[in-house]
Amino acid sequence: MEAASVTGGGRTVLVRSPLTRLPDRALRWTLTVLAALILALIVYFFVRLVGQAKPALSHQGVLGFAFEDSWNPSAGRFGALPLVVGTLITSFLALVIGVPVAVAAAIYTTELCPRRLRTPLTVLVELLAAVPSVVYGLWGIFFLAPKLRGAEQWLADRLSFVPFVGGGLVTIPNCFITGLVLAIMILPIVSAISREVMSTVPSDHREAALGLGATRWEMIRIAVLPYCRSGIVGGAMLGLGRAIGETIAVTILIGDSPKMVEHLFGQSYSLAAVIANEFGEATGIHRSALFAAGLLLFVLTLLVNGLARWFVVRAARIDAPPRPEDHARSGPAVLAADTIAGA
Amino acid sequence: MSGPVGSASPSELLSRFSISPSRRRRDRLARGTIGAGTVLALIPLVLIVYYLLEKGLGAWSTDFFTTDPTGSTFFKSSSIGGIKSAVLGTIEMVALASAIAVPIGIGVALWLVEYGRDSAFAKTVRFFVDVLTGVPSILFGLFIYIVLVIGTHSSYAGYKGSIALSLLMLPVVIRSAEVILLLVPGGLRESALALGAPRWKMIARVVLPTALPGMVTGVLLAVARAAGETAPLLFTAASTHGTSFNLGGFMNSLPVQIYNDVTSPTAAVVNRAWGAALTLVTLILALNVIARLIARRSRLT
Amino acid sequence: MSSQPRSQVTDINPDSPPPAQSAHEASPADSDPARAAQGARGASLAGPARIVPGRAQAAPAGLPAKQGLGVTLEQLRAFYGETEQLRGIDLQFAANRVTAIIGPSGCGKSTMIRCINRMHEEIPGAHAEGRVLLDDTDVYDPAVDVVAVRRAIGMVFQKPNPFPTMSIFENVAAGLRLTSRRGVDLRAKVEQALRSAGLWDEVADRLSEPGVGLSGGQQQRLCIARSLAVDPEVILMDEPCSALDPIATLRIEELIEELKRRVTIVIVTHNMQQAARVADRTAFMLAGELIEVGDTQEIFTKPRDPRTEEYVTGKFG
Repeated sequence: MEAASVTGGGRTVLVRSPLTRLPDRALRWTLTVLAALILALIVYFFVRLVGQAKPALSHQGVLGFAFEDSWNPSAGRFGALPLVVGTLITSFLALVIGVPVAVAAAIYTTELCPRRLRTPLTVLVELLAAVPSVVYGLWGIFFLAPKLRGAEQWLADRLSFVPFVGGGLVTIPNCFITGLVLAIMILPIVSAISREVMSTVPSDHREAALGLGATRWEMIRIAVLPYCRSGIVGGAMLGLGRAIGETIAVTILIGDSPKMVEHLFGQSYSLAAVIANEFGEATGIHRSALFAAGLLLFVLTLLVNGLARWFVVRAARIDAPPRPEDHARSGPAVLAADTIAGA
Repeated sequence: MSGPVGSASPSELLSRFSISPSRRRRDRLARGTIGAGTVLALIPLVLIVYYLLEKGLGAWSTDFFTTDPTGSTFFKSSSIGGIKSAVLGTIEMVALASAIAVPIGIGVALWLVEYGRDSAFAKTVRFFVDVLTGVPSILFGLFIYIVLVIGTHSSYAGYKGSIALSLLMLPVVIRSAEVILLLVPGGLRESALALGAPRWKMIARVVLPTALPGMVTGVLLAVARAAGETAPLLFTAASTHGTSFNLGGFMNSLPVQIYNDVTSPTAAVVNRAWGAALTLVTLILALNVIARLIARRSRLT
Repeated sequence: MSSQPRSQVTDINPDSPPPAQSAHEASPADSDPARAAQGARGASLAGPARIVPGRAQAAPAGLPAKQGLGVTLEQLRAFYGETEQLRGIDLQFAANRVTAIIGPSGCGKSTMIRCINRMHEEIPGAHAEGRVLLDDTDVYDPAVDVVAVRRAIGMVFQKPNPFPTMSIFENVAAGLRLTSRRGVDLRAKVEQALRSAGLWDEVADRLSEPGVGLSGGQQQRLCIARSLAVDPEVILMDEPCSALDPIATLRIEELIEELKRRVTIVIVTHNMQQAARVADRTAFMLAGELIEVGDTQEIFTKPRDPRTEEYVTGKFG
């Protein structure tokens, strides 16, 4: 293909036909198109979704849709507020229960546990992510809910003076159980991110604290946790995003109450659940309203996830200035977070 | 013990170097709480596994795996059938989804690492991949419904479910492939280029083979995730009872089968759901284990 | 840095017999013993008696001498983004000679040789200006394909990096396969390249073993064989021995002696003794500029520029 002649000058050796540049060009072009495809896909998705949601939104107005407090397909009035409230309450419940446990597990595996237990423990927590959503729903409704019903009722009775929490009758699909199961579902992702962030704390920080005579807990409190604040918050928000978008487990466990959730141990509804339940048989404006609910869900998760990533990136940059070897490590961190929990 | 300079007694010295009881208490308390939290994190797994095994194993039998669900919800358990079509359907749809998502995903990752790098366009692409990662799974189903069901005035089909699943897999494949490709040492690329290799050969003959085990791991994890998803399939592939090898028609799948069975009043059907759940979890766990084993063989991780 | 190296005047004729032993002078780099007889130069910087260490690697199979091509740099400037790293270098590398580039860290030695085979532009944001002539053709000429440039101008890097997924045979053949030479007898070419690199005897019976299983010195010779397999005109070496032990370094320096009969060699080194041992001509760089170039003996014994003198006498570095 090119000259083998060697006695000539430079030119004989260096000329190459333009045809051989073709594969390079073709590859680059193909790959660039694929990359652009991703952008096009999401934009197209958004556009079509808005298109399908338009009828319902124009029927009630965007604000009317978002803030009306009853989801009433038979009457043709679609208020998303109970859905949003149900979604948010269960998700925040998941955060309140799940984040402390996840962070505790992360602290334990990074700082306190014996070396040889580290990998097994990590793997065990990550295994929670391998359980599919529908199995969580199944397990929740047939195992957890009945088992906890007694305790929930006891709580509701004891705390009957507390609005929202107490005083009602515990139903089997209910808001609390949903939040609890969601908490279990977000454990892997919050724990994974917290663990990654904690392990990037340079050991000099730890050694400085210990050298001052700090106890183990004090060392964690002084040297490790402040360093990881942004990262942990980011991880928590990713967990929140996951909880908000979770469909099947929530559908099974939350019930289908079209009204605003009245108490913690009663039924509720969520944006994802309403779509899963009603889409199959919906027509006309009802269907359009479901698309609108989907749009609302999309925007909500976009916001939360965007905020979450901002925190995680900020953590990587500010709290721990990047070293070259960290670039390859933070990659796996975010990768682990996404892959195992599919957030 | 010989005394140091000064006149402090040994016990006074010791007390200077010891920790106050309240600090020690707080340390113990904190450690105890953290330990308790960790145990709390492990309990659900134990409970789930135990209950899955208890209820699910009972449902397993040869018939269970070799007969299709009959859709019958009447009382006799012998007439409800097994989960054959569900297992096959999952395998078929996930296979097609992988065939779509893997080449595209690796291609995008290659572009990001070899060509886009830190350009503004690349940053935008990465941002959109992030967005894709956070989309709730049911919305993928809705999207495909809009485009392929409404848009084409046709009905549900297995391949439509596959496409929805591939959208779900795409960001996972892209992310994991990008991380692995970044781990390929720059010196290898340089050596290949310095030998006079065109860029595409450097990628195909040097970079990809080195990155292969890591990428396989990422793909398997994406497959495991896709296998467990229900929501994207509800309004795309829907479900059916019979075994089908026609991806152009309705197709059953394990997650949807379980979902449909959960709400059944018949105990036998619920039992079948547990058996199916155990099957699904076993499948996913197996994929995870294989993925981890392959990761160990990678020179990069 | 240590004592001022002293070298003998010798002629560069490859066929002249090795000269008489030189008086020694201790030098840390050579404090470990023995140097084999240098085929041609016999220049020694101090060094005690010449004993061939270990199993003598016979002079690499007498492959015929080949008229190589020279390289000329004209006003070469190199940039990283906006920062100018090389300022207008004019330099000639004579065909079939070894030229060493010396200078303190950061002076631009590596950048310069990377501009010769156009690897510099692989770094995002980096570019070069000026001309680099291979014989009479500018490698930066738009009509010239960069891939062809790299086939003609090979490179050996500081850290040996055989391809990890390939065996020894495949590594050497990689250059040929990657540049898709058709109708080439791979086995013959691989053997020839391995012989030229002085590695054949050590690996002939295990060609299918992984390339990364060799020792550091062997890996580097493998990389040299890999570069040789594509028949380049010029070989650029960027501190090829800095990651190797003294015995391995010795082997490679012997190799360079032999290789220059067929290719032109440019070697970047931070080890002045090495430059004095292997190079016919030496160029001294400082802060992106070429300060002085000349016959190696002159550079080390009678440098013209005071900065050169300070560097070679170890006042800084």
